[in-house]
Amino acid sequence: MGAITLKVNGKQVTVDAAPRTLLVELLREPLQLTGTHVGCDTSQCGSCTVLVDGRSIKACTMLAVEAAGTEVTTIEGLAQGGRLHPMQEAFQSCHGLQCGFCTPGMILSAVDCLKQNPTADERDVREWLEGNICRCTGYHNIVKAVLSCRDRMAQSKEG
Amino acid sequence: MSTTTTPTPKGPLGQPLVRREDRRFITGQGRYTDDIVLPGMTHAAIVRSPHAHARILSIDTTAARQAPGVIAIFTGQDVAADKVGGLPCGWLVKNKDGSNMVEPPHPILVADRARHVGDQVALVVAETRAQARAALSLIAVEYEPLPAVASLAAARAAGAAQVWDQAPGNVCYDWHLGDPTATEQALKAAHQIVEIDVYHNRLIPNAIEPRSAIGQYESGTDSYTLYTSSQNPHLIRLLLGAFVLGLPEHRLRVVAPDVGGGFGSKIFHYAEEALVVWAARKVGRPIKWTAERSESFMSDAHGRDVHMRARLGVDKDGRFLGLHVQSQANLGAYLSTFASSVPTYLSATLMAGCYTTPAIYVEVKSIFTHTVPVDAYRGAGRPEAAYLLERLVDKAANALGMDRLEIRRKNFITQFPYKTPVALEYDSGDYHATLDMALAAVDYAGFPARREASQARGKLRGIGFSTYVEACGIAPSAVAGALGARAGLYESATVRMHPTGSVTVFTGTHSHGQGHETTFAQLVAEQLGVPVDSVEVVHGDTARIPFGMGTYGSRSLAVGGSAIVKATDKIIAKGKKIAAHLLEAAEADIEFKNGAFTVVGTNRQKTIGEVAFTAYVPHNYPIDKVEPGLEESAFYDPKNFTFPAGCHAIEVEIDPETGVVTLENVVAADDVGTIINPLIVDGQMHGGLAQGIGQALFEEAQYDESGQLLTGSYLNYGMPRAADFPFFKVGNHVTACTHNPLGAKGVGEVGAIGVPPAVINAVLDALAPLGVRDISMPATPEKIWRAIQDAKAKAQH
Ligand code: FES
Ligand code: FES
Repeated sequence: MGAITLKVNGKQVTVDAAPRTLLVELLREPLQLTGTHVGCDTSQCGSCTVLVDGRSIKACTMLAVEAAGTEVTTIEGLAQGGRLHPMQEAFQSCHGLQCGFCTPGMILSAVDCLKQNPTADERDVREWLEGNICRCTGYHNIVKAVLSCRDRMAQSKEG
Repeated sequence: MSTTTTPTPKGPLGQPLVRREDRRFITGQGRYTDDIVLPGMTHAAIVRSPHAHARILSIDTTAARQAPGVIAIFTGQDVAADKVGGLPCGWLVKNKDGSNMVEPPHPILVADRARHVGDQVALVVAETRAQARAALSLIAVEYEPLPAVASLAAARAAGAAQVWDQAPGNVCYDWHLGDPTATEQALKAAHQIVEIDVYHNRLIPNAIEPRSAIGQYESGTDSYTLYTSSQNPHLIRLLLGAFVLGLPEHRLRVVAPDVGGGFGSKIFHYAEEALVVWAARKVGRPIKWTAERSESFMSDAHGRDVHMRARLGVDKDGRFLGLHVQSQANLGAYLSTFASSVPTYLSATLMAGCYTTPAIYVEVKSIFTHTVPVDAYRGAGRPEAAYLLERLVDKAANALGMDRLEIRRKNFITQFPYKTPVALEYDSGDYHATLDMALAAVDYAGFPARREASQARGKLRGIGFSTYVEACGIAPSAVAGALGARAGLYESATVRMHPTGSVTVFTGTHSHGQGHETTFAQLVAEQLGVPVDSVEVVHGDTARIPFGMGTYGSRSLAVGGSAIVKATDKIIAKGKKIAAHLLEAAEADIEFKNGAFTVVGTNRQKTIGEVAFTAYVPHNYPIDKVEPGLEESAFYDPKNFTFPAGCHAIEVEIDPETGVVTLENVVAADDVGTIINPLIVDGQMHGGLAQGIGQALFEEAQYDESGQLLTGSYLNYGMPRAADFPFFKVGNHVTACTHNPLGAKGVGEVGAIGVPPAVINAVLDALAPLGVRDISMPATPEKIWRAIQDAKAKAQH
């Protein structure tokens, strides 16, 4: 066991964890941030996606010790001051989720997608989301949600 | 196209309200089973057989017992010594001669023999998940591998290994439906016989939340709780309590909290649910088990894996005269909860499709193999019927040189009710209307030009159709019972009005993505004339909801929604009595509209909120005639199945150099009956279409000859991804169901049922100029490329 210090959703935390502990395990178990999900054991599904220093990463592919000193944002920390992130709002208004299991990972991945490419088109979004599997929505409304968030963010920049 | 051919609604019914459940999911506040932590909770992992078929000679747990954190280890011997029952099958299917199907035992841990890769052999309980998993490799199981059969063909071959001694030839049952004599005569009289041979590829449901279960025993109250990722908590309680562990139902609570998708695979009662409850009592602490994805692949019930051969007799004008279907279904090694009903009652009964074929005969042999059990997966039996028919109809059109839409139109059922020769009575539908709608949406008129444009770019373009019908809203209990179902299939609801006029609805259905919390709130708001926001919907906990059958077979609105309507009707009836008293009028003069009870022809009224308040504060109250309180329960047993139908049209472009298929147009025009929330209905369509297209183009569970699962992870099972699809065009043409109060039919499965044949018909249409006549699902680029090469080689000879 060793102490790992990192910032999670804006708060500094220090957790004792075995060296083999994955970031996703650290988040779900000692930190009880169960909004980050585990959907596979081959780093394929993206349910575990979080932001580490602002970039989306599959938390099942990263050891907790590797995250020491970083700033992690999970789905629980995306809304600011009780206000939903525009991507969260877009997922709701476009019905971009059904069972909700892939959703936290989808949303965080999509946030990074628009950060990297604020003018992403349908193709870009679909390709970006290759690492996030959804079994419920056929991706239709997920892609719609990301595009509508893109438009909203562009508008608010202009305005 | 996202259009509905019904007028815009005024009340909450029919509004595309955003889902209220979303708030918790988009903020990470969903509570799935694996998110639950109980005080003192331990963790379980399962030793699974690496062999498809093996005798278990010995199990040495000495080293594992000493491993850090290990609390207990249980084997099949312990389970047998405790006389734990096996997992029961919920549907008895009879052989042609009237005898019963073979029902082999299905132990929750096997003691002497493993029958598929993934069969559960031992249970480890430890302080942490990591410790439980680490201990697995320390358990030494000595196996004697035995010959295995992993496919239908292998299981039926002469001298094949036997899965069960009591099932010679590996046959579970040999069943039939329809009139063999009339069918044979019709085929003899036919102008032409069209034959087809199709295989419905084996699929792995892959809900993204892996299955999970927590068992808890509280000695102080001698009671048990099971948290489980299930579509139907009461069904699990019944099977677990009455059949497997012999526990009293009143001291067994089953909670299915947020569940991350089901698609059928979470209907069934699984060994792990029984194991964690049974072992929790033994270790005196709660036990959690959550599948790793690789375990899901080898332990969740699979879907489809059916081989069908059929002969369709047609007259020279293209009218269908008779249909004979012979099918073989792979059930896997054990009978999963509803496995036996899928290839029979859920498939053979749909062989009329939406056509007037007067004589039909279906024979079904179901076969054991050394593979994971196969059971209902989105569509369950109905996709097989639709795929067979819609491929066959295209083939018949080709054989007669007829247009494939004309042959469909010529044979469409247009008079309702319509009794099919395979036991169903369709109540309503308009097959021409949905076909027309699909043709418009796909711009069929513009297709030849698009085909030419593709050609000019060296690409092959094709269009394919499927006009399907399915049966859902499962099901009239008496009918299902007569056919072998061992459960009733009604649904329940309790509607509780609170003193201040808000409402809690308790439903026996379960939502694992379908959005019932929103849809049912809309329904109740409409019925009682209260704001949608003052209605709360509760589901998924046997300690809170009335006994209900859960969610599968697209039944929640048609059956569960109807139960809610019945309960609200009772609320209104009681409210009228109370209002009559308050308004000093005769009960017969009270009408209820828009949330108020009014004396007919006057403006004297009491709102439902006032009536509810009076019911709970009965100071001025007809206490001799009416009980206080405003809460009503209802059970609704459907009078018939419902019959959603429609037309799916697919346009593809194929690159002949690579065999890669691009979906250019995905159109679904469906009649799913009355729609409560179009946003949710469209979402259900999208998901179903994606799964159906997945079956047609990408997905297949493959075993090698020795029974090893070759597609055991997302690296090699073809899960559809975002880039595999275009936007879908979905629309509805509503004909109301005639026998339930809502007119609802059901939407959960139609996408998965209707679309696979449309995809394959489109692929074959694109490849037709090269002379390719057949291709099996999934039509992968490799398969298509090979078909093109074969056709080219043939053409050169
Ligand atoms: S759990 Fe991390 S990718 Fe699937
Ligand atoms: S919403 Fe269920 S997996 Fe995406």
